[in-house]
Amino acid sequence: MTVVDAAALTAWVREFARLVHEQRDTLTQLDSAIGDADHGANLDRGMTAAVAALETTPSDDPAAVLKTVATTLIKTVGGASGPLYGTFFLRASGTLDGGDGAALAAALRAGYDGVVARGKAERGDKTMLDALGPACDALDEALAAGKALDEALGAAAEAAAQGRDATEPLVARKGRASYLGERSAGHVDPGAASATLLVEAAATALAGRG
Amino acid sequence: MKKLINDPADVVPEALRGLAAAHPELRVDHENRVVLRGDAPRRGKVGLVSGGGSGHEPMHAGFVGVGMLDAACAGEVFTSPVPDQVVAATRGVDGGAGVLHIVKNYTGDVMNFEMAAELVSAESDTEVVAVVTDDDVAVQDSLYTAGRRGVGVTVLLEKLAGAAAEEGRPLAQVADIAKRVNATGRSMGMALTSCTVPAAGRPTFDLPDDEMEIGIGIHGEPGRRRVPLAPAREVAEMLVEPILGDLDMTGGDGVIAFVNGMGGTPLLELYLMYAEVVAVLEKAGVGVARNLVGSYMTSLDMAGCSVTLLKADDELLRLWDAPVRTPSLRWGA
Repeated sequence: MTVVDAAALTAWVREFARLVHEQRDTLTQLDSAIGDADHGANLDRGMTAAVAALETTPSDDPAAVLKTVATTLIKTVGGASGPLYGTFFLRASGTLDGGDGAALAAALRAGYDGVVARGKAERGDKTMLDALGPACDALDEALAAGKALDEALGAAAEAAAQGRDATEPLVARKGRASYLGERSAGHVDPGAASATLLVEAAATALAGRG
Repeated sequence: MKKLINDPADVVPEALRGLAAAHPELRVDHENRVVLRGDAPRRGKVGLVSGGGSGHEPMHAGFVGVGMLDAACAGEVFTSPVPDQVVAATRGVDGGAGVLHIVKNYTGDVMNFEMAAELVSAESDTEVVAVVTDDDVAVQDSLYTAGRRGVGVTVLLEKLAGAAAEEGRPLAQVADIAKRVNATGRSMGMALTSCTVPAAGRPTFDLPDDEMEIGIGIHGEPGRRRVPLAPAREVAEMLVEPILGDLDMTGGDGVIAFVNGMGGTPLLELYLMYAEVVAVLEKAGVGVARNLVGSYMTSLDMAGCSVTLLKADDELLRLWDAPVRTPSLRWGA
């Protein structure tokens, strides 16, 4: 059954862009505490451009939708989040094969692996991986347990949010927050916060699709 | 926030328009936000490309010209340039002798320059070598950080490697000099105030009137520790001692001492700091062969300074003295 088509992925991207725009100042505030106060502004700029690119060059091919998002982010965002989110969508695009929940889960997992490779980071480093990793695990588990995709994405969003919250006490080992040493503890990681929005957007956009 | 801007979103392109108007000897590619020497590419000369987030002016665009950089890529404020910009700059300065990328060690800068180098090598036979600066002793170089930050040494490296390239030396030699400069230079910075990113509109961190941050970088990120405000004499010790503790600077031909302003500190105070730095160095038996005092690598409107010491030798001093003609550094030419 095809539930993950180009329209669904476009809806996901648009919902992610909407959330990033809505929470732009919150993301920037988190980044002010342990980074350089630009995460919200940069990701908002990139996702606004991605939505515009999908409107200019719409596609019926789900993989092409993800690729357009990837190349737009790599071209417009800069910083660390440009290459990292860009790589996430690029790898997801290259892996997406089929239109069911399992195909989407495999694509998200490939995106996650791409971020690990590009950022040379792992879980527990206080990065976006701390939200994305648990989300991928929860999605796989829920689908394996026979849950419908929208329910499984709901579980993934919950796992992402838990992972995000769990970054608060951590001392950062990657990215700009790592320069703070022990002082990075006591703050939620802005990358984990935006990655949680990405998963929540998927749960919202694909709700009711079975 | 009070700033001389129009729309916060337009700060970088509008500043580049002004740079182009003020410096007709440079060529500004507004679409890619790349500043190039007017005569680039120079046939047979190694091309030097650097770049990074904006907000550190005059670095890097202010160092484009004879004897220094061939091109600089301007990212958004405190955000590294994207790969397309670096690719455009690399193509624009490729005179057949290869291109050196000078990259400050920040996660984003390293990733974007790496992706650009991959794109260039996939599409042409231009030889690209990257040198990453990581001279900030405030950060421990360990598995538990992103590694030391590239700070003040970057300015000295762009001058010294630029002089070597201007002499017509091959890419491998220019890269060797760049690596040697990074290996023998160390920096440490401090802040009296935070800075205000135009898009954020308020100071990145709050710093009470009676406190200062020691061990800051150049992006308004808080430092390693916050301590009570102290006289310049003590601040000089707090900055110089960790550097000398990290790398022995005694003997040889002395050091190039660089006192850099963070953007919001007057030259009056920077010279005062320079005197204090020299006093600390004298006590430690470190001679100063050359110096640079001024705001060359800033963090928007942050008040504070950084100290960079580079262990010099005959060759580095000769390259330092070589002519340079850029918007913000010029002598002998």
